[in-house]
Amino acid sequence: MMEEVKEVVSTLSVHGPNIKVTEVLKDGDTLTFLVVSQKLSGTGEYHVGRTYEDFEWLQQHLFSQEDEPGIQGVIFPSLPAKAQVNASPKVMKQLGFLGLGEWLLYCKALESFLQQIAAHSILSRNKAVEIFLTSSDPPGRQRVRKNIFNRLSQAVEERRKEGHKDVDEFFQTERHQNLVLTGCTRTAAEKFLDVVQSEQKIAVAYGHFSASLHLCVEPGEDPDKQAFSNACMKLSKVFDSMKKNMTSVAENNMNTLGLGLDLESRCQEAEKEMLFRRTCKLVELETARRNAEKAKPLKKAAMEEAKKALETEFDHICGVAKQEVARFQAARVEMLQQALVQWCEKQLLTAKESADQFNQHLQAFRGMA
Amino acid sequence: MADTARDPPPELSDFQEVQDGEDLFPEPSATLESGPASLPADNSTNSNGSKQDSLFDDDPEDLFAEATEEVSLDSPERDVLLSDGPSPAITPITPPCSLITPHMDMFTHSSFDEIEEEEGGDSFDMNISVSDPEKVGDGMHAYMAYKVSIKTSMSLFRTHEFSVKRRFSDFLGLHSKLASKYLHMGYIVPPAPEKSIVGMTKVKVGKEDQSSNEFLEKRRSALERYLMRTVQHPTLLKDPDVLQFLESSELPRAVSTQALSSAGILRMVNKAAEAVNKMTIKMNESDAWFEEKQQHFENLDVQLRKLHASVESLVCHRRELSVNTALFAKSAAMLGNSEDHTALSRALSQLAEVEEKMDQLHQDQAHADFYCFSELLGDYVRLLTAVKCVFDHRMKTWQKWQDGQIHLQKKREAEAKLQFNNKPEKLQQAKEDMREMEGKVQQGERDFELISKTIRREVSRFEKERVKDFKSIILKYLESLVLTQQKLIKYWDAFLPEAKAIS
Repeated sequence: MMEEVKEVVSTLSVHGPNIKVTEVLKDGDTLTFLVVSQKLSGTGEYHVGRTYEDFEWLQQHLFSQEDEPGIQGVIFPSLPAKAQVNASPKVMKQLGFLGLGEWLLYCKALESFLQQIAAHSILSRNKAVEIFLTSSDPPGRQRVRKNIFNRLSQAVEERRKEGHKDVDEFFQTERHQNLVLTGCTRTAAEKFLDVVQSEQKIAVAYGHFSASLHLCVEPGEDPDKQAFSNACMKLSKVFDSMKKNMTSVAENNMNTLGLGLDLESRCQEAEKEMLFRRTCKLVELETARRNAEKAKPLKKAAMEEAKKALETEFDHICGVAKQEVARFQAARVEMLQQALVQWCEKQLLTAKESADQFNQHLQAFRGMA
Repeated sequence: MADTARDPPPELSDFQEVQDGEDLFPEPSATLESGPASLPADNSTNSNGSKQDSLFDDDPEDLFAEATEEVSLDSPERDVLLSDGPSPAITPITPPCSLITPHMDMFTHSSFDEIEEEEGGDSFDMNISVSDPEKVGDGMHAYMAYKVSIKTSMSLFRTHEFSVKRRFSDFLGLHSKLASKYLHMGYIVPPAPEKSIVGMTKVKVGKEDQSSNEFLEKRRSALERYLMRTVQHPTLLKDPDVLQFLESSELPRAVSTQALSSAGILRMVNKAAEAVNKMTIKMNESDAWFEEKQQHFENLDVQLRKLHASVESLVCHRRELSVNTALFAKSAAMLGNSEDHTALSRALSQLAEVEEKMDQLHQDQAHADFYCFSELLGDYVRLLTAVKCVFDHRMKTWQKWQDGQIHLQKKREAEAKLQFNNKPEKLQQAKEDMREMEGKVQQGERDFELISKTIRREVSRFEKERVKDFKSIILKYLESLVLTQQKLIKYWDAFLPEAKAIS
């Protein structure tokens, strides 16, 4: 059992982009995810089982890297909401796409989370990451001390600061853009989920219709009866094909664009959090400046000290934030492009396969006369 | 042919008690000619449709009078058709007598083929389309007039291409006439399209929206299918009411047209079932064909209803998909508009367009689902009620025949008694009564055989049509499926380069 990690500087011994979450094991109410990573030196892999709590442990450790200057300017990779066995409808709704497909997409989301951390210059150096990926024992379950990133601490009144005017054009624009995109992306993801769920319902309906047609087959040598039975059987097969097609279409939607929109949506939220932290720091700084100005001579020196410290901190944050925003923008465009291209390619393939099948059915039916 | 030896009247095990004074058969307007000398005495079994042609007498008026009686007394449709009052099922403009003449040809011939040859025997070549619904009038008295266009090469018609304007109640009027004339004789008369009060009211008050347009399209299609089914029936095609409907520029307003709504059909079927049950007799079916067919149709009814329910649910889901796709397209467009990155923005806008096109495809597919399958299945479920009706009429016809035989038996006994008691004046009357009854019984048997024969023919035709209908619908559906897929491939092909061009 490892003690709380104090040392921050370390390098990852595994290949970041190859980290995979390959499967999920159900044990009663607990879900355990299998995390597989490739050793950088030589051949070999680490296979570790991690629960959602372990992921949270990792996240908390990342948040608590307070000695890292400007850490608050980091856009932290987003951890999806907790997956539950027999989840309530509310939880399922919150999970959106990630709740579909027997946790397959959820695993992909966790995968993305870990890959993003491993690729991050600051975050990957956190020892907790190495432990998480390589230790055969589950990482410590003790609660890390409360940190500023704890969502619960961001009280409602703090949200007022969200609209606070910025001093930097770059960030003002970015904040506005982020606000718009966060809303749009979330809506698009929700609507796309509705589409996928309709498609799934249709696939089921096709199955029912196909089964009903089977019931119409009548025995007997009467030529009319036989003709009718044959027609029903043929149609039943057609609907089986249609079911397969629709299932594929829905899966393609889910696995590519659905996942992509979900990721994008959560990433936008993560950027929002970072920008908000910076804004809060800005407010703090401006308050400190005012205090320093208005301070009585007795307190003035202390106030100036505080102000200077905040200024340095704020500068660090802005520096990191600017880099993060650039990195973030490039990454999201690439991610979305990949998602769109994959989506299109998969759907094109499915459409071509189905077209062939349907054509075959049509020819066979015409030949039946 | 049944045993013609004159056995002593056998014991009839179960029969309805009939008062002597009650007249089972209506008085014909013309006196009956005496029937053939030998009466089939074998009453407990019956031969269906194997009698010789000679038994078909020329009593067209009698038949027709019976027809009217049948409708006004026993027909289960009567309540549905005539609930608005005493208006006759047959509209005044076509008085019964003028209809007898053309019918005489049909009923005096034994085989159908002869009739067809006589009338010029064109092979069926006719195309009917119902189009251009036009609102006539205002407010609640407004109605829709549909253009009925006919294209044909058959010699039955004066011209090869012509059209008339008809309103919905005209169709109902036509159906009610055909039903009253032919159903009880064993002809499977295609049921009328359904009435929809809500749908029509919307149209009347001028509410031009998606649902009222859909309603009009649904109705237009139903009217077209109804007419095509009707004219595809060789007997109905030649009916003067049908010809008048298709050709005359002015049609008198149908007086009472209680449409056979689905509720009406249910009532009709229940009444038929009740009527049959009221006949406490169990029909001795000597022909297994009829029993088997009835069972077959019952099974078919269950299956078709299941299929129909399945398709309705499918149509519902597909409409939902269309709505959701449209919403997603909108949200994708908004995303594209908000996006800074130019290439990504363009790709997202293209995505929105692709989704819109797919929405259109979904709508087309829903349309196909609906008009191909849902309506077809619905039509056949309704047709099956007409088939059931026809079988029930056969049972009633048999019952009538049986009752007649009981009556005859009584009359014979009465005559014998009088003879024994030597009462010459009364004897004469009794002899006449008996002869009259003999004639009626013969008529009853002929009717039964005729309806049985007609039903066999009708069922055979129905089964063939059913297979043809389903096959042609399936083919149409498959073709639309293939077309949709090809369009889809085009859309994806066009989108791929846009997606790749993002960075």
